[in-house]
Amino acid sequence: MKHLLLACAALIATTPLSAQTVAITGGKLVIGDGSAPIENGTVLVSNGRVVAAGANVVVPAGAERIDASGKWVTPGIVAGFTRLGLVGVDAVDGSNDAEARGTPFNASLDISPAINADVAAMAVNRAAGVTRAIVSPDAGNAIFAGQGAVVDTGADFNPVTKSRVFEFVEFGETGARLSGGSRPALLAAFRNALGEASDAARGVFRDDALLKRSDALALVPVANGAMKLFVHVESAVDILAVLSLKKDFPALSLVLIGATEGWRVAPQIAAAKVPVLASALNDLPATFEQIAATQSNIGRMKKAGVQVGVGMINDNEARQAQLSMQYAGNLVALNKVPGASGLSWDQAFAAITSVPAEIAGMGAEIGSLRAGRKADVVIWDGDPLELTSGVQAVWIDGVKQSLTSRQTRLRDRYTQPAEGALPNAYDH
Amino acid sequence: MRIIATAVVAAALLAGPAGARDKKKDEAKSEAKAAPFNKDPYPSTYKAYPSVPTAVTNVTVYDGEGAKFANATVYFRDGKVEGVETGGAVKDGYTVIDGTGKWVTPGIIDVHSHLGDYPTPSVDANSDGNEATGPARPEVWAEHSVWPQDPGFSRALVNGGVTALQILPGSANLFGGRSVTIKNVYARNVQGMKFPGAPYGLKMACGENPKRVYGSKGQMPSTRMGNMAVNRQTWARAAEYKRKLDKGETVARDLGLETLAGVLSGEILVHNHCYRADEMSLVIDMSKEFGYKVSAFHHAVESYKIADLLAKEGICSAMWADWWGFKMESYDAINENIPLVHKAGACAIVHSDDENGIQRLNQEAAKALGDGRRIGIDIPDEIAWTWLSYNPAKALGIADKTGSLKPGKMADIVLWNGNPLSVYTRPDKVWIDGALMYDSSDPKKRPISDFELGQPGEGDVK
Repeated sequence: MKHLLLACAALIATTPLSAQTVAITGGKLVIGDGSAPIENGTVLVSNGRVVAAGANVVVPAGAERIDASGKWVTPGIVAGFTRLGLVGVDAVDGSNDAEARGTPFNASLDISPAINADVAAMAVNRAAGVTRAIVSPDAGNAIFAGQGAVVDTGADFNPVTKSRVFEFVEFGETGARLSGGSRPALLAAFRNALGEASDAARGVFRDDALLKRSDALALVPVANGAMKLFVHVESAVDILAVLSLKKDFPALSLVLIGATEGWRVAPQIAAAKVPVLASALNDLPATFEQIAATQSNIGRMKKAGVQVGVGMINDNEARQAQLSMQYAGNLVALNKVPGASGLSWDQAFAAITSVPAEIAGMGAEIGSLRAGRKADVVIWDGDPLELTSGVQAVWIDGVKQSLTSRQTRLRDRYTQPAEGALPNAYDH
Repeated sequence: MRIIATAVVAAALLAGPAGARDKKKDEAKSEAKAAPFNKDPYPSTYKAYPSVPTAVTNVTVYDGEGAKFANATVYFRDGKVEGVETGGAVKDGYTVIDGTGKWVTPGIIDVHSHLGDYPTPSVDANSDGNEATGPARPEVWAEHSVWPQDPGFSRALVNGGVTALQILPGSANLFGGRSVTIKNVYARNVQGMKFPGAPYGLKMACGENPKRVYGSKGQMPSTRMGNMAVNRQTWARAAEYKRKLDKGETVARDLGLETLAGVLSGEILVHNHCYRADEMSLVIDMSKEFGYKVSAFHHAVESYKIADLLAKEGICSAMWADWWGFKMESYDAINENIPLVHKAGACAIVHSDDENGIQRLNQEAAKALGDGRRIGIDIPDEIAWTWLSYNPAKALGIADKTGSLKPGKMADIVLWNGNPLSVYTRPDKVWIDGALMYDSSDPKKRPISDFELGQPGEGDVK
């Protein structure tokens, strides 16, 4: 009951808390934009936004000061490609809104109303330092899965930062399967869908149309480039096929998701100026479209000039956005492996903060501590990419967040497992 | 202790090279009634690869049994650890590898892998891990499904520093079949990978998977009580079979009951997939009802709820650091599970069950260590390494052979390019039985499976 009251109090208190001016001082400050950490830096936050962050920030009188000496202070992690907030327990269908196999609709499915801040994964990832996530629907019965959003992990009823940020489409093996069994069938389905969108834009709906009207209409902004198209694609050959779509559909605003073999065609991706949210540590030929997988993929793409952030497609992404820091750290580790390509620490941290934010078109709002950004701030007890480090405080939109989850409650109940004077059920 | 004793007996029954101590046991055993069937029809043909006497100098050492040595030299020769020494000049007659700034540990042992049985590429044609045609299939042997060319073995070696692993059948069945422990070396067949003298294991599974797989077919079990009923009925048949065997009665060969009788006689170790504390508790009682011991609960995400019971029973828990929530029985997983189990005095193991996770078991241990320290469980790094090598070796019945750097043990050794509990560290070199099987600075010392040969990415860093 006590905790319930606290949770309610946090909700009610949202506005006044975010209006406060807070200065976090003395910590090792990471801006998140790829610049080097600043010793003894200050972040000044007011009205839910970053006012200033750097070495010589003047703290106004009356600001609440938080001493972060000996700590690291960073922007909250922006998980690059997830299904966070859509799933309570993966294998419990009723709690899982990631995909819909039985619906006649596809491209028009908007996931934002399904984002649920009450799922356990929200609290777990918030406490781990993940404050924002790019959330995508999964494809159930057609290559177009629907419209994804950018969300925050705050403990409130307003998880959606921006809805309908992108349309998600499956290419490669999964897309081929969903299209009836081959890549030509996939390309035919894709071209037909964009053709029907073009018709729909002119108010034409043909009798033999394959898409529902709402789905054709949902693809209009994709076809004209107003909405990004996130394309799951893995093999080098399929990546080239996706890039070549621009010949027939020049307005497409493409983002590649996964891109395990991106390193093999990195110059072409860079030349096309198509950004990538890549799986960080794929190094197995898990499928025939990932034969050349290597952990050096991101490092090589980065060196070729590709804008690349870390994504987590088909990798426990409804729950484990909290692995983003470990993944980024592993990319730094590659620098010590002869022949491998990694990222510098600064690049790696940007790959899980500002880069995904920019790829989602929201770099001016989230993903760094540059002035004007939403005040998503994390204090860590050590290097945030290091395995033994932990989170000490989290702010989202300038609101200090609870770090309690059902995991921490279970932990506290069972620190001494044996039952005492009453069963453990009375220990709360 | 019982596990160690069992391992020695099992070793004696196997055809591999036996030491003097084992030979003595063998003679003693020959007086007992001979088994009416060959207990080792697919014997290990693994032989240590050639090695040179090696001294790795100026390293920090975690010996795998909880000791730490600073600025030490690790000596090994003829495939065996000779010792860890600090101070003094480096002895003559060794190839010296300067490990300044680096760490040496025993190779990591993964007690729970499906490499080879569920290999990559993950295609139906090679998916051989679950004989999901009946809830009790103790007659199948995981080794008969192992595809020795799984590219995953090489990743576990070069990125994970894994030198031995147990391949288990999947968890669709209550009785999944026999497991096999292997050395992490490529071979033309599984016999060439089998860990000489390792006892067999029996994979069992609690909970959601068996009841879902068979319940969905309208078959028993469809509930947890159904799981227990099928388990108990099967053990009762096994006990009867064993009684006949022990009396020397002529029995029709029954491959499944032979395996279960092997468990009841202590030769085969039980590895029980079991998430929930209440189900683990029931399994413990069932093991007493039929007279066997569970060696380890695997995926034991709720061990923290019964850590005291597990300590009392001497049962290991094989755990993840932070994997959770993918199904109901994993919903109560907590990040402090491993340190809480350790703190209670129970045997804690970090396991993977995953071809990616097996490449980062050291990192999983580090995460658990950090989470434990934040709630005041201050376990030193060198003690935490027991979760990665000695404790899994114990659960597999091979702790007398590997899992630590005690003199005379197999020289299964990793030289790390930094602190192995840091995210920034990778294996620099890996030796198995003293033979250099991976060297990060030599592309020729990086195995390439048959599958990858002649395909894009062949020989690349992975």
